Amino acid sequence: MATGVDERPVRIVDAPLAPPAENLGLLSVFKRRYLLKLLVQREISGRYSNSILGVFWSYINPLTQFCVYWIFMGKIMGADKGMDNYPVHLFAGLVIVHFFTETFGAGTRSLLGNKGLLKKMAMPKEMFPVASMLVSLYHLVPATLILVVVCVFSGWTPSWDTVPSLLLALGIVMALGTALALVFSLANVFFRDFGSAVQILTNYIRFGVPMMYPFSMIEDALGDKSWIYLLNPISDAVLLFQQAFWVGVTKDPEATAAKHLPDDLWLWGLGAFIGSLVLLVIAQLIFSKYENKIPERLT
Amino acid sequence: MNPDSIVVDGVTKNFTLRYHRSIKDITVAKMKGRAVSNTFKALDDVTFTIKQGESVGLMGLNGSGKSTLLKLISGVMRPDQGVVKTRGQIAGLIATGAGFHPQLSGRENIFLNAAIYGLSAEETAEIYDDVVKFAELGDHLNSPVGNYSSGQYSRLGFSVAVHIDSDIFLADEVLAVGDKPFKKKCMEKMEEIRDSGRTVVYVSHAAGSVKRMCDRVICLENGRLVFDGDVDEGIEYLHYGEDDAKGSAKLKQLEAADSALGAEV
Repeated sequence: MATGVDERPVRIVDAPLAPPAENLGLLSVFKRRYLLKLLVQREISGRYSNSILGVFWSYINPLTQFCVYWIFMGKIMGADKGMDNYPVHLFAGLVIVHFFTETFGAGTRSLLGNKGLLKKMAMPKEMFPVASMLVSLYHLVPATLILVVVCVFSGWTPSWDTVPSLLLALGIVMALGTALALVFSLANVFFRDFGSAVQILTNYIRFGVPMMYPFSMIEDALGDKSWIYLLNPISDAVLLFQQAFWVGVTKDPEATAAKHLPDDLWLWGLGAFIGSLVLLVIAQLIFSKYENKIPERLT
Repeated sequence: MNPDSIVVDGVTKNFTLRYHRSIKDITVAKMKGRAVSNTFKALDDVTFTIKQGESVGLMGLNGSGKSTLLKLISGVMRPDQGVVKTRGQIAGLIATGAGFHPQLSGRENIFLNAAIYGLSAEETAEIYDDVVKFAELGDHLNSPVGNYSSGQYSRLGFSVAVHIDSDIFLADEVLAVGDKPFKKKCMEKMEEIRDSGRTVVYVSHAAGSVKRMCDRVICLENGRLVFDGDVDEGIEYLHYGEDDAKGSAKLKQLEAADSALGAEV
C-alpha cells in the first residue's frame, strides 16, 4: 500500500506555477541552441539518409540545372548574348537560389517529418523550420567556396562591395526562407497540398530571377516598370550575388554594373531585407496562432 | 500542506474529426448530405489541483481522455478553454512511447531526448551511463531506434524519463509493453520517484499497481471528471453500472489479472 503524501519528504520546487512549455517562438529557439544544434546535426545526417550518393545530391541537383541552363538558355536560346562570363552569372545565381529553394522545400516538410517527436514531446515547434534553414546554409558553404575558386580562375577582381553584398543577400534569403518555411510547414500539416505547391513555386522562382538571363533583359522588356521585378526579394538577393561575384570577373566591371545591375541595388537590397524581416514577424504571428493544433493533426 | 504542483482549471479540449480530406471527397459527401467533419470534446470542463509530492492515479476507459489530459499537462498540447499550470520540470512517457527519431541510434536519441527536456550536453553525459544501464539494450544502442521492438522502444524512453531530475513525473501505460522483469524494475523506480517527494501522475488500467503507487485517484469518463478521491473508492467507482456482487467479482478478477505484477513487485 502506498505511503501517504504527508509521510514523504517534501521536495521544494523553486519555480513559479506557469503554463507548461511556455513558448516565445523564435526567441525560445535561440535560447535553446544546444537542442537546435542536435536537430541540425540530425537533419544533416538524415536529409539524404538511405541514398547512396548522400549529401552529393545537394550538389548534383544544382550542377545538372547548371548544365541544362547553360546549354539550352545560354547557348541555344541566346540568353548570354552581350555578356561576359555567362557561366559565372548562372552559377552565382544558382548558388543563392538553391539556398532559398532548399530552405523552402525542406522547411515545408520539416514538421511532418518530425511528427514522432512533436506528438510526444513539448518543445518550440519553430525549431524544425529554423533547423532546415540552417542545414541549407551549411550546404551553401562548399558551393560558395567552389564559386570563389571558379571566380579566381576566371580572373576575379574582388572589390569593397563583395562581402557586404554577399552578407546582405544571405540575410535576405535567411529571413525570407525562414518566414516561408514557418508558414508552409504549418500549412502542410493541415493540408498536404502545400507541399506540392512548393514545387511549382520553386519553378517560378528559378525563372523569375536574374540567373539564366541578365537583369538588362528585364529592363529591355519592362522599361520603366522593371521595379515590379525588383519587388521580389529573391531577385534582389540574386542581383547582390551577381554584384559580389559575377561583376568582378567581367572585362570592365564598372560598365557591367552600369549595364546589367539596377541603379539603386543597395537600396533595393536593404528594402528587401527589411521587408523579409517584417514577413518573418508576420509568419511568427501566424505560426503562434495555429501551432497548438499541430500535434493533433499529425496523423 | 505542500504547494500546488499541477493546476487544471476548467479545461476543455476539442478534436476535429475530418472524414473527408480532398475536394472530391468533400463534394461527394456534401451532395449525399453526409457530415464532412465532426468535433468532439476529448476533455470537457475538467478541474482539479494536485499538490507537490502527491501520487495520483488517472483512470478511465479507453478514449475517456486520459492521454489527452497528460498531453495538456506535459505541454505537448494546449487547452482550447481553461488553464493548465505546472510547477517545475516535467518528464515522463505519453502513450507508451517517448518522442524518438527513428533514423537516429538509441545513443543519439538519448542525447536528443534529454536536450528536449532541457539538459545540456554535460548534464546528459552525467546521467548517460545510468540511462544505458537501466534500459539494458546492449548492442542495440548503436542501431536506429526505428528497428527497435515496441518493448525496447519504451524501455529506452522510460529510462531517459526517470533519470531526468524532474519535479513532475508523468507515466502513461508504462507497464503495458515491458516484460515482467522490466515491469518490476519500472515499478520500483517509480516508487523511488514518488518517495523522493516528486509529483507523480500515473495512468493505468491495472487496479493493483494503482493501489501500490497512488494515494489518490482521478477518474475520467467521456472527457468529464467523474471521480476524484480515495484510491479504493476510485477503483470501486470504475465498476459502476454493475450490481454489487458482480462488481466485486469483477474487481477480484481485475486484481488477479495484475496480481502477477502486484504479487511479484
